[in-house]
Amino acid sequence: MSEKILVIGELQQGALRKVSYETIAAAKQVNADAQVVALLLGNGELQAAAEEMVQYGADRVITVSHANLENYTSEGFGQVIMQVMDEEKPSAVIMGHTSIGKDVTPKIASRLELGLLSDAVSIDNEDGQVVFTRPIYSGKAFEKKVMTDDSLIFATIRPNNIAALEKNASRAGEITAKDIDVQDLRTIVKEIIRKKTAGVDLSEAKVVIAGGRGVKSAEGFQSLYELADLLGGAVGASRGACDADYCDYSLQIGQTGKVVTPDLYIAVGISGAIQHMAGMSNSKVIVAINSDEEASIFNVADYGIVGDLFEVLPLFIEEIKLAGALVS
Amino acid sequence: MNIYVLLKKTFDTEESIAVANGQIDQSGAEFIINPYDEYAVEEAIVQRDQHGGKVTVITIGDEGSEKQLRTALAMGADEAVLIDTDDDLDDGDQYTTVKILEKYFEDKEVDLILAGNVAIDEASGQVGPRLAERLNMPFVTTIVGLEIDGGTAKIDKDIEGDLEKIEVSLPVLVTCQQGLNEPRYTSLPGIMKAKKKPLEQLELDDLDLDEDDVEAKTKTISIFLPPKKQAGRILQGEMDERVKELVNLLTNEAKVI
Repeated sequence: MSEKILVIGELQQGALRKVSYETIAAAKQVNADAQVVALLLGNGELQAAAEEMVQYGADRVITVSHANLENYTSEGFGQVIMQVMDEEKPSAVIMGHTSIGKDVTPKIASRLELGLLSDAVSIDNEDGQVVFTRPIYSGKAFEKKVMTDDSLIFATIRPNNIAALEKNASRAGEITAKDIDVQDLRTIVKEIIRKKTAGVDLSEAKVVIAGGRGVKSAEGFQSLYELADLLGGAVGASRGACDADYCDYSLQIGQTGKVVTPDLYIAVGISGAIQHMAGMSNSKVIVAINSDEEASIFNVADYGIVGDLFEVLPLFIEEIKLAGALVS
Repeated sequence: MNIYVLLKKTFDTEESIAVANGQIDQSGAEFIINPYDEYAVEEAIVQRDQHGGKVTVITIGDEGSEKQLRTALAMGADEAVLIDTDDDLDDGDQYTTVKILEKYFEDKEVDLILAGNVAIDEASGQVGPRLAERLNMPFVTTIVGLEIDGGTAKIDKDIEGDLEKIEVSLPVLVTCQQGLNEPRYTSLPGIMKAKKKPLEQLELDDLDLDEDDVEAKTKTISIFLPPKKQAGRILQGEMDERVKELVNLLTNEAKVI
């Protein structure tokens, strides 16, 4: 019987997060011949999401629904994942390096005395070893790591870095709903307050529009949101903009804050401190808009406009609307 | 309350990174308290001032780590512990670190452990949750608010921008996220006092551990820098022309919109 790799998908308000599909592709990179078993946890209907995991390449999906899985807790999710690991005996376990992945995987690794390679951006097979590349110093450098203990490969992958497999709507796979009783939770989630603006998640966004001190006010960020909406992207910010209260700290990109690697990063009124560049310089295409031609952000930008952002942004928005109108 | 803070020293965020002999070049680098651990030190002091008790700051490092511990003491922590592994260990990972910490905490009475949610160098974010699990303690990561009321902690947890309200009983381990507090600056009297505060130095031997007990489960096989980015094109001309060109380049050349 071939090896099994367990991937753990993740739902957010009922919908699968993109990184869930990416874990399936990652499993195939660990071992192309392995059977990919996906696990989905939640409370209620999981069949549609399970079918989607199959369409993206999972061979088999296990769903576990329980009232105590309505909200994530490390204890609830940990119990279920460990029980499934125990029954399925996978050779590798892969999950997204998300709020939930970062929280539950070290707990499991610690309980089972396993190594854990977190935040991998690529996976290669080199001389019979599975090698994980991960950023260190917030992407100022990278390291290649391997497991020294061959009992199980355990890793989390950074969203947006390992391309998902092509969706195939006619692909079939076995889906099993499994009953697991989830008990003994010491942490109780009382309430979740949604602060995020609806739309695209910053860490998974293909396009990020980030503002710095140059944006000058919270109101100034409105045109960044408008542009993000038009491009299907998310808004981020520099530390300076967050410290000045133009926006919430959860939007901060940099060595403290989030590290993002979108296809397109548009830096608006950001000078490019080392601390900020660590969080975005591995983006595929970078655009800088800044009135100071000496700003270091231009050193990493593919395209730059030296000018007043309050003049550039409205023109940019108009032009995008026009381009959109031409296409449709 | 017995409050412990896990602290790590890291490169200053303004440092550039160079690689020499396959390792991160540490020569001449400025070290600071990992910024997220600074929130943990601050919160520990705030909680102690409210509820009484003692704050102990603990780090695993080398001789040089004393500097960051003294800074934490100058901020207001009461005691510090330096577990110096410089002579005993060449390599280690999060498994190693937690094995050592687990042993240290074996005979300690603990109400609250605070740590940063991630270190800005290795950025695994594993040590806090791993330690809590070994100590059979619940944990909450990326907290932005903490209120202790008797034996219960009421916690605000950041979940990628949204906020989760959590209740958990003590003892608990929490990891701190930006936004939790504003770490205080050290004052001159604070720095003077810190010099006299207790700083315990331990080695693996003192914890009845040897190298094999803490052998890493993962290994770094190489370290490299990302390819240097070429400076790109600064667009010229009238502003509306430049913006038109930019949109055209993004659509047709870079193909990202």
